[in-house]
Amino acid sequence: MSDLAVRAAPARPNFNGLWVAPPLIVLGLTFLYPLVLIAHAALVADAGGIDLGGFLSVLHSRAFLNALINTGLIALAATAGCLVLGVTLALILAFVPFPGSTFVARLIDTFIALPTFLVTLAFTFLYGSAGMLNGALTQSFGLSEAPVHFLYSAWGVILAEVTVYTPFVLRPLLAAFSLVDQSQIEVAGLLGAKPWRIVRNVILPAALPAAIAGGSLCLLLTVNEFGIVLFIGAKGVITLPLLIYDKAIQESDYQAACAIALVNIALSLGLFSLYRFAARRLGG
Amino acid sequence: MTSVALGAEARARGEAQTLGSNSTVKFDAVTVAYRGAIVLKPLTLDVAAGEILAMIGPSGSGKTTALRAVAGFVRPASGRIHIGGADVTDLPPYERGLAMVVQNYALFPHMRVADNVAFGLKARGAAKPLIEERVDDALRIVGMQKYLKRYPRELSGGQQQRVAIARALAVRPRVLLLDEPLSALDAQIRRSMVEEIARLHADLPGLTILYVTHDQSEALTLADRIAILRDGALSAIGRTSDLYRRPPNRFAAEFLGRANLLPVVVEGNTRTDGMVAVRAGDDRLVVASDAAPSGARRLLCVRPQHLTLTAEYGYSNKVCGRLREVLWQGELTHLVAEVGDTVMRIVATRLPSLPERGAPLDLFFAPADASLIPEEAGV
Repeated sequence: MSDLAVRAAPARPNFNGLWVAPPLIVLGLTFLYPLVLIAHAALVADAGGIDLGGFLSVLHSRAFLNALINTGLIALAATAGCLVLGVTLALILAFVPFPGSTFVARLIDTFIALPTFLVTLAFTFLYGSAGMLNGALTQSFGLSEAPVHFLYSAWGVILAEVTVYTPFVLRPLLAAFSLVDQSQIEVAGLLGAKPWRIVRNVILPAALPAAIAGGSLCLLLTVNEFGIVLFIGAKGVITLPLLIYDKAIQESDYQAACAIALVNIALSLGLFSLYRFAARRLGG
Repeated sequence: MTSVALGAEARARGEAQTLGSNSTVKFDAVTVAYRGAIVLKPLTLDVAAGEILAMIGPSGSGKTTALRAVAGFVRPASGRIHIGGADVTDLPPYERGLAMVVQNYALFPHMRVADNVAFGLKARGAAKPLIEERVDDALRIVGMQKYLKRYPRELSGGQQQRVAIARALAVRPRVLLLDEPLSALDAQIRRSMVEEIARLHADLPGLTILYVTHDQSEALTLADRIAILRDGALSAIGRTSDLYRRPPNRFAAEFLGRANLLPVVVEGNTRTDGMVAVRAGDDRLVVASDAAPSGARRLLCVRPQHLTLTAEYGYSNKVCGRLREVLWQGELTHLVAEVGDTVMRIVATRLPSLPERGAPLDLFFAPADASLIPEEAGV
């Protein structure tokens, strides 16, 4: 055997592991570093060292607690609305054959592409003080003031969020419904199940993972919704994102803004973890 | 499947009427069209109570469409469907009192076996004690009582099909619709399931079954009568053995089992009633058939297993051919011979010493094992 054959080939340096560096650097600069800055501003005193006192005082403030409650209630109500509307629309589009159903589904999809404030602007034209609804009512009944004011309350925010975010529930539900075995529906009907029982016992259980995925996404988005709440400007309806904006821009209280932002981030990550856990448990 | 006699139990509880009566099915000139294209031409057909009617035919023949019309999944373009004498054409599926078993089982994946079987009873508003009793009965019939708590995904294909059958039986349907129920199973399980369905029907003699299949052996084993469909129309219908032994047309002869079809010319009636003399080339043959005009061209139909290579008693017909091929298949040997321009197949369990390939070969058959069918390729 020659020396050439037995001599081990010189090891080539393996640089494949370095490919992880560019995305990590980009991620660090654009996402992690700002987060660290926020945490630093929220928890570290000007003189240096951890200062939990300021952080805790923000968390105990009435403004924060109100914003937290508002955020939770509005997000839950809007998500519930999205689920009810999304499930209803998806059932109709998937199982009630009518001409143009595909067109309607695509039209609803386009809402995903629209900026959130645009829907709010449209709502102002429709339901605002000088909107079409109030105009028609004041003219019809000879009223001196606009009778409908729900748009400038939490209900207006919820309605706008339901309108904007329902497609996020509708899309995964339509995909799930398309996978439901038609013969299961037919056999259930022949066994004596009326349509509502088939929906409840056959179709919805099959689409549960999709509903949870869509609903969780809605909850995440509505917890963090800013544009709709700001644009509607409902009196007394302050949510966490709006409070952060107020503290940072209106009051220049960056420490308080960052403290609230930390809570908002924790809330979002918690909801996301819950969603992943639920999706894994349900096989979604 | 255990052979628990549910029929006997039901009768003992005075429930026989729920199974046997009002379970006739009548197609009254039923047509079905999809987007203007007729997929089922006017079908008129009566199914007696307690009968198993198999509907067979190639893909696109309309057999599944006919079944779906009975179920109420498709609405006839014209004609009426009657079940138990009542017109159900306008009734939704859930009011028809039927049950169905399909090829892919269609079990509800999120429900355990017991809940799957109880589904129809709950949907019909049955009381809890009755549901428990019926679920227990139905699962015992199909031998699945030990699998109550399992999910469908934890069962084999054969077990899932048993649960699907139990789910259908639990509601005591007037008519059981079986839509290719064994097609997804492998050959061995399929054979055993055919035997189990036959035993099940013996236990539930009042249960009317409409059985759609493309598998002729399932139809031959299970059905009292067979309806053969082709291109959306009824091609032939008759009692299973009659249809097999005396197919009315070429399609029925070739679709239901293998058939040798030898062109012959009718010579005339014999002195024996029901026997007709025909000629195939130089061979004069006698066939059991209705009277036919002399000189008429017909196809002589004889099944491969009814041909022998020796002149046994009663096998008075002989045709002369030439051996072309021998295919040994274990229990059976398939021979291929040429008789004139016609290729004939012979299936034998025992064989004498065979001539060389290409050598002359005499084929014998009994007059009663042959029939005459029109020469044209009619439906």
